[in-house]
Amino acid sequence: MTDYALALKAIQLRKKTLEAIFEAGAGHTGGGLSCIDILTVLYHRILHVSPENPSDPDRDRYVQSKGHSVEALYAVLADCGFFPESELKTIGRYRSHFVGHPTRHVPGIEMNTGALGHGLSIAAGMAIAGKMDRAPYRVFTLLGDGELAEGSNWEAAMAAGHYRLDNLTAIVDHNTLQITGRTRDVCSNEPLDEKFRAFGWAVVTVNGHDFAQLTAALSKPAEQGKPTCVIANTVKGKGVSFMEDVARWHHGAPSQTEFALALIELDAAEAVLEGNR
Amino acid sequence: MAESLGLKMGRANLEEFAATLADLARADGNVVAVTSDSRGSGKLGPFGQEFSGQLVEVGIAEQNLVGITAGLAAAGKRPFGVSPACFLTARSLEQIKNDVCYSDVPATLVGISAGVSYGALGSTHHSLHDFAALRAIHNISILAPADNFETRGAIHAAAASDKPMYVRLGKAATYSLHGSETKFEAGKSIPLRDGNDAVLIATGETVIHALLAAGQLARGGIACRVISMHTVKPLDVEAVVKAGRECRAVLTVEEHSIHGGLGEACAAALMQDGRNVAFRIIGIPDEETVTGSQADIFRHYGITMEGLSEAVTQLVRPA
Repeated sequence: MTDYALALKAIQLRKKTLEAIFEAGAGHTGGGLSCIDILTVLYHRILHVSPENPSDPDRDRYVQSKGHSVEALYAVLADCGFFPESELKTIGRYRSHFVGHPTRHVPGIEMNTGALGHGLSIAAGMAIAGKMDRAPYRVFTLLGDGELAEGSNWEAAMAAGHYRLDNLTAIVDHNTLQITGRTRDVCSNEPLDEKFRAFGWAVVTVNGHDFAQLTAALSKPAEQGKPTCVIANTVKGKGVSFMEDVARWHHGAPSQTEFALALIELDAAEAVLEGNR
Repeated sequence: MAESLGLKMGRANLEEFAATLADLARADGNVVAVTSDSRGSGKLGPFGQEFSGQLVEVGIAEQNLVGITAGLAAAGKRPFGVSPACFLTARSLEQIKNDVCYSDVPATLVGISAGVSYGALGSTHHSLHDFAALRAIHNISILAPADNFETRGAIHAAAASDKPMYVRLGKAATYSLHGSETKFEAGKSIPLRDGNDAVLIATGETVIHALLAAGQLARGGIACRVISMHTVKPLDVEAVVKAGRECRAVLTVEEHSIHGGLGEACAAALMQDGRNVAFRIIGIPDEETVTGSQADIFRHYGITMEGLSEAVTQLVRPA
């Protein structure tokens, strides 16, 4: 898929994510929009996963540790054909498998996540299993920068460095906001790159909305014998001007008007993109 | 006393666990032990030497121990996460709840030196909450073997199951309670002695004391049934209800808080069967637990032949 096609896809997925949250009346809007370019690159350029063979033992594994951004993941998985897009209308509904955090009941989802600070350990376990089996697969996990306050992440980071898990890549959706405000004001965990390096990781910092940079960083491990941390600098609420970089949009559905305004902006962005082709 | 009943001393259940796990690992390369600086306490030193490729050491990091165990299980391994029960079921409770139980992976968690095995080390090292905490979490079986036979059975059952399991082990040597004809099945209690005056439903390392008490009570003319309830969840409700219908008094015995453990599980089963039977939960009361050896603590709280005999007598022959 070309950068152009990816960019178009990402705009469409932003619309689908917002629509899903709007229809459900709740959801994690800002974080979904900040990570959707990462997910688009992962699912269209990096991950060897297929809806036809979702339990292939050699498939790549993706564990979304920042589970609250699940609507974006649902939109991406539906778009990839893991389940019909119409199922997104059931998000948050009585007895729907499409709950507000990922579960394995949904095709394409590897683990149930949502409590923060769990995904990195799980991904490390999967990567250790891959090493034991000399399997070709890689393991990816997506962390929030706010999430990195959970101490369990650093237990996992230590083990991943110790076991030289170069089949493991952790992506930090570094949007610098959490529900209360700026992560650095709430309780700073910076500098993240130095911390991961100190734990034995190779660290690459990219613009998390730049498809070429993301692709380069995710295509292969940064360094043999080390797990890779990709710090993806992102903007929370990316793509919708009034949602961008505003902590209030951590959680909450847009109103009818806000949803309409967001769609106008995204339609315009799509038109500009097509015009520039 | 135990010898008078013809019982032979076995080894610590921990040692039996390590030997069983080695047998399983030899037969199946996917069997993996995960430890948190707990190889020594878990008697897994020799395992680590023989199966270095099947042991993952995570250091003193129990949350990561459970997360990695879950990840290994999700990727096709049959992992056994081994750590002192006190840390495993408290510090990593959220990982147990979400990564193992909610994600429904075939992981076994082995809580070692459980209950008051580390009696003299104080409450930090006691696990008197684990039945209660895990009973309230969906999708995990809770097993507390009483002897080497039950330990081996529990570990084999765990290895054969696709579901999460918690096995709680003590570190003291245990008497062998079962004959060669006994079969082990998770969720199915084992009757050790018959009688209808009272029943002692016991679990883990308290079972021997229940059995000895029944022997003593028999000499006083009280016929006491003894059931080894090695599986606390799912509870063998059938055996509990049957005992409640046939016996005049029901007593439960556990190396656990009197809150939320085997006793309350049995009480609920009996109440819901409409039984109004004389009933008593024997365990560790809701207080700052006395310290000392496991034997000291058992004696302090009446989890001994004498203490249990007295408790049964009080219920069956009220003064």
